[in-house]
Amino acid sequence: MCLGIPGRIIEITDAEKYLAVVDVSGVRRKVNVACIAETDALDELIGAWVLLHVGFAMSVIDEAEAARTLEVLDELGEVQDELTAMRESAQP
Amino acid sequence: MKYADEFRDPVLARKVLNRIERTLGRIPMPEGRPLHIMEVCGGHTHSIFRYGLQKLVPDSIEFVHGPGCPVCVLPMGRVDDCVTLAEQPQVIFTTFGDAMRVPGSKGSLIEAKARGADVRMVYSPLDALELARRHPEREVVFFALGFETTMPSTALTLLQAAEEGVENFSMICQHITIIPTLKALLSDPQCLIDGFIGPGHVSMVIGNRGYGFIPDDYGKPFVVAGFEPLDLLQSLWMVLEQMAEGRASVENQYARVVPEDGNTAALRAMAEVYEDRESCDWRGLGAIDRSGVRIRAAYADFDAERKFGLVPADVADPAICQCGEVVRGQLKPHMCRAFGKECTPATPLGALMVSSEGACAAYHQYGATDLVGTRDG
Ligand code: SF4
Repeated sequence: MCLGIPGRIIEITDAEKYLAVVDVSGVRRKVNVACIAETDALDELIGAWVLLHVGFAMSVIDEAEAARTLEVLDELGEVQDELTAMRESAQP
Repeated sequence: MKYADEFRDPVLARKVLNRIERTLGRIPMPEGRPLHIMEVCGGHTHSIFRYGLQKLVPDSIEFVHGPGCPVCVLPMGRVDDCVTLAEQPQVIFTTFGDAMRVPGSKGSLIEAKARGADVRMVYSPLDALELARRHPEREVVFFALGFETTMPSTALTLLQAAEEGVENFSMICQHITIIPTLKALLSDPQCLIDGFIGPGHVSMVIGNRGYGFIPDDYGKPFVVAGFEPLDLLQSLWMVLEQMAEGRASVENQYARVVPEDGNTAALRAMAEVYEDRESCDWRGLGAIDRSGVRIRAAYADFDAERKFGLVPADVADPAICQCGEVVRGQLKPHMCRAFGKECTPATPLGALMVSSEGACAAYHQYGATDLVGTRDG
């Protein structure tokens, strides 16, 4: 929960609530982008790589940084854990 | 250097290691012990073990594993509070997976679930809020745990719940803050820390300004670091270089993610929702003044403690545990009398054995015997 994981913003789903869809290693999930929204033009964030912490995008990073981070997380055994947690998160 | 080939760029790693060795030659050594460099963050601890950095660096440097893993410092009494709430019949209790296995005096949340409590693991507080929207007939409680890294996410979720008026959603707040904790560590007369590798993701939220007292009042270097192995080696070198030059300051090795002033939107949400607690309990460390936050009265409706009239449990750590000495860096994990015997990853006594970021779990996973046999025994 502390390391965070890189993902790529695919779509802004609700600009008022700062909600977006992010692709994290093939898993898609809804995230909040309030902490990286510097302007109201949220559409500019589409395609950006971000560091995700528990469903919140906390920092915009570049693609190379994202790739390196994913590699380290994979070696730490954290990627699978995060993806499983995302998939299994409290289904209604 | 058998681990050096684990680096994507072993040549670069070798270069930094050489620089570390050269700089070390210019530092006056403490009497009869290695230099103690504390990595504050549990993520760094994990990375250090995974890449065997403690074996790569010269013997005169020792990593001391700090208290920066929120799961590891979660006191038993607080786990009991969660179990108490989870056992209320109308409650759906939601938590990050990491906290599920931490033992309390009435067992862990996983055990409460096995006894019939509705405990659910969530990836994000947003998922807990969604659960509350879908189950208006139930009370959804989220366990808000973590340092400043996760604090913005819970604050923003609570604000969203307040805006929508989701009345059946509340949080039990166990957020803790890094600066008072570092102050408590440094003011301990037994503290033998010579320099710090500072947390990357906490600093991404709070920025670097708050660390100034560490060099100013205590004369210790503090370098905020990323968690890739090369980041850590580079940061270690930056700490040593300050020592060699006879200075101490706050430096930022992780500037690609950590802005000097932190994240404005995150800080705003945190200030809106949270205020300091007079005191907060830590597993192993006891109570530390103003080291935690609670939900402001303006949001009392979303504070599970108020909503359910919870009387916080106060439970001492089991007598056999030496988690406190380990968290303070005074004892290596494998030297705890319970290590590998009463306390293992399958049957953890202390939280340091639960999380992959806990020093005891890391020692267990990455071969304590190996470490005992070489450097620490
Ligand atoms: S081995 Fe177990 S009891 Fe001992 S310090 Fe580690 S977590 Fe605590």
